[in-house]
Amino acid sequence: MTGERGTRRKDRVARLGLHLVLAAGLVVMVGPFVWMVLSSFKTESEIRQVPMTWLPDEVTFANYGDLFARLDFPTYFTNSVVVTVFTTLTNLLFCSAAGYALAKLPFGGRRLLFAVVLGTIMVPNIVTIVPLFVLSSNLGLVNTLAGLILPFAAQAFGVFLMRQFILSIPDDLLEAARIDGATEFRIFRRIVLPLCRPALATLGILTFLSSWNNFLWPLVSATTEDTYTLPVALALYAIGQNRTDYDLLLAGSVVVVVPVLVVFVLLQRHFVRGIATTGLK
Amino acid sequence: MRRTRNSRTSPAAGSALYRALTGWTFALPFTVLFLLFTAGPVAVSLVMSVTDIRSADLLDPLGVEVVGFDNYVRLFTDPKFVRACVNTAVFVGVGVPLTMALALAFALGLNSGLVRFRTAFRVGYYLPVVTSIVAISVVWRFLLQPESGLVNELLSAVGIQGPNWLNDEAFALPTLIVMAAWRNLGFAMVIFLAGLQAIPRELYEAATIDGARRWAQLRHLTVPMLAPTMLFVAVITTIAYVQYFEEPFVMTQGGPLDSTLSMAHHTYNQFGFGNYGYASAMGYVLFVVVVGLSIAWFRLLRNNVDR
Repeated sequence: MTGERGTRRKDRVARLGLHLVLAAGLVVMVGPFVWMVLSSFKTESEIRQVPMTWLPDEVTFANYGDLFARLDFPTYFTNSVVVTVFTTLTNLLFCSAAGYALAKLPFGGRRLLFAVVLGTIMVPNIVTIVPLFVLSSNLGLVNTLAGLILPFAAQAFGVFLMRQFILSIPDDLLEAARIDGATEFRIFRRIVLPLCRPALATLGILTFLSSWNNFLWPLVSATTEDTYTLPVALALYAIGQNRTDYDLLLAGSVVVVVPVLVVFVLLQRHFVRGIATTGLK
Repeated sequence: MRRTRNSRTSPAAGSALYRALTGWTFALPFTVLFLLFTAGPVAVSLVMSVTDIRSADLLDPLGVEVVGFDNYVRLFTDPKFVRACVNTAVFVGVGVPLTMALALAFALGLNSGLVRFRTAFRVGYYLPVVTSIVAISVVWRFLLQPESGLVNELLSAVGIQGPNWLNDEAFALPTLIVMAAWRNLGFAMVIFLAGLQAIPRELYEAATIDGARRWAQLRHLTVPMLAPTMLFVAVITTIAYVQYFEEPFVMTQGGPLDSTLSMAHHTYNQFGFGNYGYASAMGYVLFVVVVGLSIAWFRLLRNNVDR
């Protein structure tokens, strides 16, 4: 009896300790975001104040107003949205179509194409920056939104993901539809795409994230303010002469981060599931 | 059974051609974009790296000369590049094990069955992963301010005088490493959690009956069973860390005294100076490093799996 009670107490202590450690970790992980959002409503002098405060003494929206008045944040925001939406849609469409062809339609050059796709998956962005910039300037794509979308419109990782998923669809299912006289296009639209929903969700989420947060290529390719995306505008502002405008920088960070956080918290189940499954494949 | 389709008499020839055409139709939009904007540039970059092409040559391509391996030879006599290599090696060598160890510890805690509110913890730990590194870098620059930053205020509350994290040569790189671990551990943790849940419960029951203690179970059961997951996390994290760029770009601009300059950052700077051939050579070295490290991880952990 006493022994059992002893283990139970020990369990309870272990459980409490574990919760404390995890909660401390949570504060470290989330604290900076809480501070960022709260401080974006403070006056500039309060942001600089020592000792620092968590809650704003006096709530002000002036920092956000300044993003519009002193900077062209609506333009950067629109650019980011346009680039992200188009990049995500094109990847969903082109990668699922090519993934279907690579998985289920025998055609000459299929193996070679897949080998090249695999070979480029690990290539760091910085490797292709120079030729990509030369190509873009020859095609007149520098300082255009198309120039920010096209290089990422069909990514190797997406095709790999979709091909692997479509391979698991039974051939018999497609063959039955073919015997019934369905065209390949109809099979793709009516059978393959609906079955691919989980893979499409994963690909959509990952592309949305990487596109919204993409930095290196927009930094290189968008050199005029009318084509800046949010991260580029924020980074250039943060390292430029205006680096001491604390209020603007914080409000700008909130504008970059919060849309993603909202989407993430709403869809977190899909995020985590999708990312965990890509990891295990 | 399906194989007979090819040997069918009349529609076979037409069907094979039709299949090939539809195959290419489906693959075409991707293939064109991919060859033009990804595969092509990878190949061209290799060619550029053995030439002396500079930004001015864009108007006069005939002025470009092939210089063989000169760029590559020059790289390793460039003290800035050597410094960038050392910094990147430290960043990867310390950052990857640190990130993985923290992620595994939190994953084990969350997976122990003792914890309530697991979803809340998982969402919280994952939060930094989805956010822009640029925005995170801006926020951390505030938190790390020597006088008014949150970190040093907390330290001074317990009587420690915090350093000037980002402007001190000795602290800048370690600070960026810890920040990278902070940002990326959620990703590794989620993958580890999925891996842990795939280990059959019976194995632990058997181990407990055999009298294996918690630590022994972790070492001889959990870690070996998790090896494929670890391989994946190690490769992904390594590839990301080798290319680290945004954090020093926003927080330190590679300083103080090049102590946080990374290979990707140096490559970007050379591109900015218009030294296209030289920058391409640098990019390729980075590529070779990424591939080499990935193969090394495969060797290391695959052996572990087989044993």
